[in-house]
Amino acid sequence: MEIVYIYTRKRSEFGRQCNFSDRPAELHVDILPDPAQALNFIERNPCDTASQCSQDMSEHEVNTERFEMESRGINHVEGGWPKDINPHEVEQTIRYRKKVEKEENYVNTIVQLGSVMEHCIKQNNAINIYEEYFDEDTAVEGTDEAPSAKTINIFRDPHEIKRTATHLSWHPDRSKKLAVAYSSLEFQRAPKNMSYDSYIWDIENPNKPELAVKPASPLICLEYNPKDSHVLAGGCYNGQLTYWDTRKGGQPVELSSIEHSHRDPVYKVIWLQSKTGTDCFSVSTDGQVLWWDIRKMSEPTETLILDISKKGDLSNALGGISLEFEPTMPTKFMVGTEQGILISCNRKAKTTADKIVCTYGGHHGPIYALQRNPFFLKNFISVGDWTARIWSEDSRDSSVMWTKYQMAYMTDGCWSPTRPTVFFTSKMDGTLDVWDFVFKQNDPALNLKVCDDPLYSIRIQDNGRFMGCGAKNGTATLLEFSSGLYTLQRNEKNLATSMFERETKREKILESRHREMRLKERGKSEQGRESDTREKSLNEGELIVMAENDFFETLEAEMSKREQEIANKKEMEQKGKKDYFDEKEEDELKD
Amino acid sequence: MAEVEETLKRIQSHKGVVGLIVVNAEGIPIRTTLDNSTTVQYAGLLHQLSMKARSTVRDIDPQNDLTFLRIRSKKHEIMVAPDREYLLIVIQNPSE
Repeated sequence: MEIVYIYTRKRSEFGRQCNFSDRPAELHVDILPDPAQALNFIERNPCDTASQCSQDMSEHEVNTERFEMESRGINHVEGGWPKDINPHEVEQTIRYRKKVEKEENYVNTIVQLGSVMEHCIKQNNAINIYEEYFDEDTAVEGTDEAPSAKTINIFRDPHEIKRTATHLSWHPDRSKKLAVAYSSLEFQRAPKNMSYDSYIWDIENPNKPELAVKPASPLICLEYNPKDSHVLAGGCYNGQLTYWDTRKGGQPVELSSIEHSHRDPVYKVIWLQSKTGTDCFSVSTDGQVLWWDIRKMSEPTETLILDISKKGDLSNALGGISLEFEPTMPTKFMVGTEQGILISCNRKAKTTADKIVCTYGGHHGPIYALQRNPFFLKNFISVGDWTARIWSEDSRDSSVMWTKYQMAYMTDGCWSPTRPTVFFTSKMDGTLDVWDFVFKQNDPALNLKVCDDPLYSIRIQDNGRFMGCGAKNGTATLLEFSSGLYTLQRNEKNLATSMFERETKREKILESRHREMRLKERGKSEQGRESDTREKSLNEGELIVMAENDFFETLEAEMSKREQEIANKKEMEQKGKKDYFDEKEEDELKD
Repeated sequence: MAEVEETLKRIQSHKGVVGLIVVNAEGIPIRTTLDNSTTVQYAGLLHQLSMKARSTVRDIDPQNDLTFLRIRSKKHEIMVAPDREYLLIVIQNPSE
């Protein structure tokens, strides 16, 4: 059915202003109801409608402003005495008390209260209503829990322009304070108006640093003196060494003179265990180790140039970036270099050449951390490139244990001070790994994402329970570990001993085997020198192609191996086996 | 007089009693068996606490009143017997 109604208008009248007027209604169309159509109607049954039962929700984010808080104290004095009595005059107070004690009301009250009180005292003595019946059980529990850690506090760099927290140091007594050094490590990219201050934080108060230390150049490291907790030594970006006395405020007490200082940033300062407690030594990437007495900072007391050819040539020296010193072995120390070589030194050697005892090589990049195991001083850990390596002093060619190559660059590491088999490493992806090589060797016992920014420094407190982690964005995170990670496990020392011994022995066997093979090869090569010369004649281009092929082959092999591993793991998980794939053993087989 | 002395002495002689303080309505210690600084601290703090406790009890029910206050801590039990004018404070070590 079509209803058409046509309006007509002249062309010249289009677009004119309308003039509306009243007029009676007129009928254009009249459609009569058609009962036949009603029969066609089909009722819809069932009806489909959509509805939702869950509650409507929406997500909102709010970033609240950070409030700076401040604590203040008031000293209350004794009060409440009548006006005419001075509480500091003993005679007056005694007289007042005597007067009170004579009052009848006092006597009555005390006698009455006394009987009530006596009743309660007798009650307490008759039965202990708070007796613990199940004391023993609680002590047994909790030893088998999975290792964990929780964040307790975060200390943020209070400045607008964030700097890296490059070094942390715990207060030597009670560890209630944490000294954090802040600086920008990016070469010549320090932002304008960057603050030079570093801070000492009270670990209970993340709102405001307890003290700001104000160096002449940003601090790379800041270290508490273990013998005098008021004194801190700091190494500056410009190579100077500074020290502070917290009793005298944030201004440095003394600075080393520029001409006798390092020529590169001072990466590490360590206090020596001297009688006066005023000696420390520092290392820098300029290739020097300098000893200082803070009573006479104008020039260093001793100098060592890290030239491993033992000629003392500064232009040939390796840049030191980490330092190790064990107070129980006062003449020895070790330096980790930017070139990935560890240098073991002896300070008290007769000639300067003898001061460099030996070197250990194995890292592909700067060694950021170096520490002896606090229980087994012969074994030490080094952290650099993508691995952490554990060494034995006896085995110079290779480390005795090492972690897998990690996906992110490692930045720092240290041993647990309370457990010989536990060590910690921090990585560029902001994670902290806790390793326990008796529990698991190829994976960390605990992997913790501390923050989104790269971690640069970690420092464990002396009882192994708390750890400070410094990140690139200037935050220092305080973590607390679960008790399993800092309490010595049963038989742990023996296990660690046997482990170190076994690995050292294995490394020695491999070493002698290598030597044999090398001897054999030398013998062969002498015989086949002629063929050698022929090989040498291969042109360089071919050699490069061969090397490239080799490289890609190893890459592919590695990739397929990794894939296989993942597949294997999945399979194992499906089977529900808890066997871990011991990569190390495989390595041994290969060797 | 003698009666008071006798009562106080008897209380002190009980097992585990560490100290006894009598405090007046203003919080001034009248009698004590502890040293001066400890006494002043206990008197000031416990006076405030028992006042607060009393007003709490009375706010809940105006016809009620505080009769006794026991504070159990890790080291001691502090017992306070309040009255209109005076407080009798006894510190006891119940595990002794």
